[in-house]
Amino acid sequence: MSRINSPAELDEFRKNILSERDPNKPCITLCAGSACIATGSGDVALSLEAEIVKQGLRDKVDLRKTGCHGYCERGPMIVIHPEEISYFQVQPKDAAEIISETIKEKKIIKRLLYTDPDTKEKIVKESEIPFYKHQERLVFGSNGSIDPKSIDDYLAIGGYGALKKALYDMTPESVLEEVKKSNLRGRGGGGFPAGRKWEGSRDDPEPIKYVIVNADEGDPGAYMDRSLLEGNPHSILEGLTLGAYAIGSHEGYIYVRQEYPLAVENVLLAIKTAEEYGFLGKNILGSGFDFEVKVHQGAGAFVCGESTALMTALEGRVGEPRPKYIRSNIKGFWEKPSVLNNVETWANVPLIINKGADWFTQYGTEGSKGTKIFSLVGKIVNTGLVEVPMGMPLKDIIYKIGGGIPNGKKFKAVQTGGPSGGCIPEDLLDLPVGFDELTKAGSMMGSGGMIVMDEDTCMVDVARYFIAFLTDESCGKCVPCREGLRQMLKILTRITEGKGRQDDIQLLKDLAETAKGAALCALGKSAPNPFLSTLRYFENEYEAHINEKRCPALSCKELIAYYIDPTQCKACMICARKCPADAIDGGKNKIHLIDQEKCTKCGTCYEVCPSRFSAVTRISGEPVPDPIPEEERIIRKRKKK
Amino acid sequence: MSEILLQIDGREVKATEGMTILEAAQSVGIFIPTLCHHEKLEPYGGCRLCIVEVENRGRTNLVVSCVYPVEENLVVTTRSEKIDRIRKTILELQLAHAPDAFELQALAKEYGADRDRFEKEASFCIHCGLCVRYCAEVKKKHAVGFVDRGTRKEISFIPEIAAKECWDCKECFPLCPTEALQAAFVLTKALSS
Repeated sequence: MSRINSPAELDEFRKNILSERDPNKPCITLCAGSACIATGSGDVALSLEAEIVKQGLRDKVDLRKTGCHGYCERGPMIVIHPEEISYFQVQPKDAAEIISETIKEKKIIKRLLYTDPDTKEKIVKESEIPFYKHQERLVFGSNGSIDPKSIDDYLAIGGYGALKKALYDMTPESVLEEVKKSNLRGRGGGGFPAGRKWEGSRDDPEPIKYVIVNADEGDPGAYMDRSLLEGNPHSILEGLTLGAYAIGSHEGYIYVRQEYPLAVENVLLAIKTAEEYGFLGKNILGSGFDFEVKVHQGAGAFVCGESTALMTALEGRVGEPRPKYIRSNIKGFWEKPSVLNNVETWANVPLIINKGADWFTQYGTEGSKGTKIFSLVGKIVNTGLVEVPMGMPLKDIIYKIGGGIPNGKKFKAVQTGGPSGGCIPEDLLDLPVGFDELTKAGSMMGSGGMIVMDEDTCMVDVARYFIAFLTDESCGKCVPCREGLRQMLKILTRITEGKGRQDDIQLLKDLAETAKGAALCALGKSAPNPFLSTLRYFENEYEAHINEKRCPALSCKELIAYYIDPTQCKACMICARKCPADAIDGGKNKIHLIDQEKCTKCGTCYEVCPSRFSAVTRISGEPVPDPIPEEERIIRKRKKK
Repeated sequence: MSEILLQIDGREVKATEGMTILEAAQSVGIFIPTLCHHEKLEPYGGCRLCIVEVENRGRTNLVVSCVYPVEENLVVTTRSEKIDRIRKTILELQLAHAPDAFELQALAKEYGADRDRFEKEASFCIHCGLCVRYCAEVKKKHAVGFVDRGTRKEISFIPEIAAKECWDCKECFPLCPTEALQAAFVLTKALSS
């Protein structure tokens, strides 16, 4: 491949790619994102490839392994174009039929279609499935249609068009102005306006400047950036190059965690091919602008997602935040002006340059423009990645897109913003998602984690869990975070064990104030949020644990007991056989009894007791009833007449 | 170096560009408590005890004075109810590690910190990093460093360097706010293993 040296050559090249592609030729797009790989999409790919050859369709159908489609709950999934027929939970054994029926005969295989849980209606088109119908997939949409390893695929959907436009039709100032006008705010956590950050760097007299992609996504349950980097790496490179052009930088870095091997592989390949094509390197597209990108793999510290820690780690030192009161866009990496934005923020930039700030700002709310990708996980029917316009009520995300709570359970809270975010209760579900709205509710946007919790979740335990995560990830440099979290974790742990003391809430409040006010970096300052937000909305749960030694969600092991209701038990022996601790006494026709001394509270009996009996119950905050007298435990069979 | 005028606790203070609030305060005899600060070392900002309130262009912020640079017209308050409360908690957290350290006890008295408020920790290191930084920045030997992260972080001598350098130096011992015991103990352990 020779380099593309002018806008005309790029147009010509793109035209050639498109002319070689027949839009009516069947194309199977198979999700090969990390989640679908885990559920077996690799084997599905092999089977489809083999069947295509076997059935003599080698040149008649394309198979494209794409990035994440988002609907991870139902992977592996395929979409067959141009009809947009979508099949879910596809197994290798389905391959032959897919090729012979759908590809050859244009017949739909009903069992692989999505079934609407309410109407039981089968839905053929991906875009008509409720999970997708209510989304606005501006940034994430291309993921499902391109092979991330193919730069031609990216060019076929108009890729690098924004770069061409910027380099030839716009000045760096006008690129910056457009981004400022779009009011794009950082998608990584802080929500700082990207344009203002860029402007600070641009205006600094220092000639050497850097642009950096923060791909150190570490929030439990969050994988938006991973999926973008794996599925559409060129869009991030294009965004980064646009940023570099706007601020006058010639060197960029992608700080990506080592735990994302596919992302690393795809982005390295993308850089290599972009250099070969002339979208990176010297004299990009013949414009005279030089820009190169390097990849740095993080060694696995959560705190390195914090800007100053990331830059310190990038310099080759221990990833600890720096005590600087000068913003890193003025003095950052190697003390030079450095613009750091996260993956999703950069991926928005080509769209803004291509379609304009006015187009971008039609999505979203007053303070939060555009869309946001969330990873919707936890106790939710449709787990996956969803992209919605800012301002969509939480309720719509959880119920319309997410399909609500599984197993007939009741919604309790949604945790947003990652470990340092907060929990939002049911009565605030009408809240529109946006940076300021979530912050006002005591949580935050963060990078877009959204963990749904049902009635079985104990909110004190949730706070304990996230504080434990943060304690483990604290760098340990400053006292309010290192020591404050250590003590917060001890206190929360003892509350969940029923050993909470009357002054524990006050202790936690003092520790929270100290961390919020005095910690060195954003991780420490926001670390008390899991406690503060659960206290704000679920104080009664804290009180129940401390005062009544009761866990209202019946979840904290130390505070609950399993009990077999003698009036319900049919002496079926199922629980007694399954009990791993041999704690259930009983026999055929003898009502079962749990030996509380032996019981390890694993919950197996509760799970296996047939629902028509529902004899096993959980008790908290009150003593377990005394066992019934031995003679009453015998169930006498009625004699058949 | 241009002169910068700021206000600390109601007093007009003349400082020069590049100075920190702590340095400006110390230059006119205003006391701000510190644990990890040392005049020969780069500002570290680890103990957070020197936290103060600054007001600039109508906005009030909490900042740590050992790293915050002086700015023209900055209004600094070194003690307030909130500052005292935060310092008290910081001291209580440190006292969980080193309940008998003289330096901590004196400050505890001033701020009403209760040394038994938090559960005790089995180490009297308060991670001020004075030994580590002094060895690195002043002596340039790197004989003592931090190992591990977060709550598992601890100071450790590197036996190979310590065996050559430490017996004739030991300049870090008197710097230790928990009375040198920690450094001496860890050093001995390193050299005997």
